[in-house]
Amino acid sequence: MSDQGVTGQGPSGLYLFFYKTKKSLKTPMPYLAFVGIGLWLLTYFLLNEYWKVFPFYKLPGPVEVVTEWISSDPIWGTSLFTEDYYINIWVSCRRIFISFVLATGLGVPLGLFMGWSRKFKDYTFPVLETLRPIPILAWVPLAIVMFAGFETPIIFLATLASFFVTALNTMLGVESIDESYFRAAGCLGSKRRHVFIHVVVPGSLPFIFTGLQISIGVGWFSLVAAEMISGDFGLGYMIMASYMVNKYTTMVMAMLTLGFVGWITSAMVRAAGNRMMQWREKALGQGGA
Amino acid sequence: MNTASAPSVPNPLAGAMTTGAISIRNVTKVYDPGGVNVLAVEDCSLEIAPGEVCMIVGPSGCGKTTLLNAIAGFHSITSGQIDLDGEMLCGPSKPLADQGADRVVVFQNGALFPWKTLVDNVAYGPVVQGTMTKTEARDKAVEMLVEAGLSNVAGKYPGEVSSGMARRAEIVRALINNPKVLLLDEPYRAMDGLTKSIMHESLLEVYDRTKVTIFFITHDLEEAIFLGDRVIVMTTRPARTKKIVDVKIERPRDYRLLSSEEFRVLVEETKEAVHEEAVKAFEAGERELA
Repeated sequence: MSDQGVTGQGPSGLYLFFYKTKKSLKTPMPYLAFVGIGLWLLTYFLLNEYWKVFPFYKLPGPVEVVTEWISSDPIWGTSLFTEDYYINIWVSCRRIFISFVLATGLGVPLGLFMGWSRKFKDYTFPVLETLRPIPILAWVPLAIVMFAGFETPIIFLATLASFFVTALNTMLGVESIDESYFRAAGCLGSKRRHVFIHVVVPGSLPFIFTGLQISIGVGWFSLVAAEMISGDFGLGYMIMASYMVNKYTTMVMAMLTLGFVGWITSAMVRAAGNRMMQWREKALGQGGA
Repeated sequence: MNTASAPSVPNPLAGAMTTGAISIRNVTKVYDPGGVNVLAVEDCSLEIAPGEVCMIVGPSGCGKTTLLNAIAGFHSITSGQIDLDGEMLCGPSKPLADQGADRVVVFQNGALFPWKTLVDNVAYGPVVQGTMTKTEARDKAVEMLVEAGLSNVAGKYPGEVSSGMARRAEIVRALINNPKVLLLDEPYRAMDGLTKSIMHESLLEVYDRTKVTIFFITHDLEEAIFLGDRVIVMTTRPARTKKIVDVKIERPRDYRLLSSEEFRVLVEETKEAVHEEAVKAFEAGERELA
């Protein structure tokens, strides 16, 4: 990218980030998010604590949850100030990380080869399409039979769900590449491996990253399901364990935490995608400006 | 007229003028989508001299692109033979030509890799062919882009530059390989008239420098006559050569030519032949084939 410094104009790197942040603060967009969250909390409060509408009054109220969450001496034993809260988050994040890496590491190459080679697709696609519709919950007993302990079956289940999404999206990504790029590569003297590295991989990146965002969502979904059924720690376990002993406040806390952590992981995947596809960012930016 | 009158100034690409002869002999191409045979090209013969600018015009879907695809090695031919400098590209024993950097295509909708900067796009050919190292190729690419007036945008991605600049860069990407033949498939189709005339002059400038053989498909008769040594009018499907118009206008040419009497007469002459075929094609009302 050495030539970019010479020929590129305007802010870049951190300056560009500040410029964009400053510009976006002048639009109503970031404030709308706060207003949206505020409205949601207000509705929750009105339905639950103020008007006590059925069935919402059965939930722990927002004031109660928030008080418990930030209390240094929580009534139900878990809050921002207790260690087990962080252990549960950490355990779930570690599991998601491992299964996301595994699913991506296996799914992306498989999808690339399926999209690239007709023959390879003919071999593998029917198997994939048979296994893919099986809901992840149906795999739970098998996972427990196959793997010992808590950790491996949970990671297996989360990996499996993400893997199918990633492989399928990657394959569609390769198939979406315009034929003329293959032809251009061919008439510029490429060998097959060049076509793979310079056309197939970069050309399918937009689809791959769309797939990865869905994949990490599906990963969380399966992870929590697995943790609820068989787990020792983790946010899914925290939800189930709290429910079992009627600690509903802790349960809602775990749910909101889950939502928040899930959002952050999706944002990280999105950011990684934008970083790897600057060509796309820039082209889109031009069109919109 | 083209090679004999070439100036005797030293040419860095010496030799380019004596290569790039395309010989198309009795080529027929039958497509069969869904079991129905469609005759795209029938018994088409055409001799293109080294360093000639050969313009192919004809109604939509007449099989012009089929011919280009056969030369480039994208599609096979059903019978006949195509040679490049006396060597067979495709023929009875080998219906599909190998793709190679001696015949580079510039595509209708542009096919610069959107994920590579213009420099990396141009440097791509020599790198994958192994004729230059990555650094050498990039240096050469920058040099050629500067020469083509693209120094300001060399480090940008294709999506960030205008279509005219992108198309010009695509021609540079072809030329860095020292191709024997440049195959252009309506490269300026979607452009407005002003951009088009700038593109024409820059292509002529490139041609005067390199004398590379150009096989250029177009719908635009003025474009065909302005650029070409010969204009080949094709019949409607199945494609055959209907009329060959010799354009005996001296090079270098510039836009003033467009208003000359000589030019206008040639356009009229060609228009008649094309119009006849266009009417036939329209009445046949068939769907265009790739």
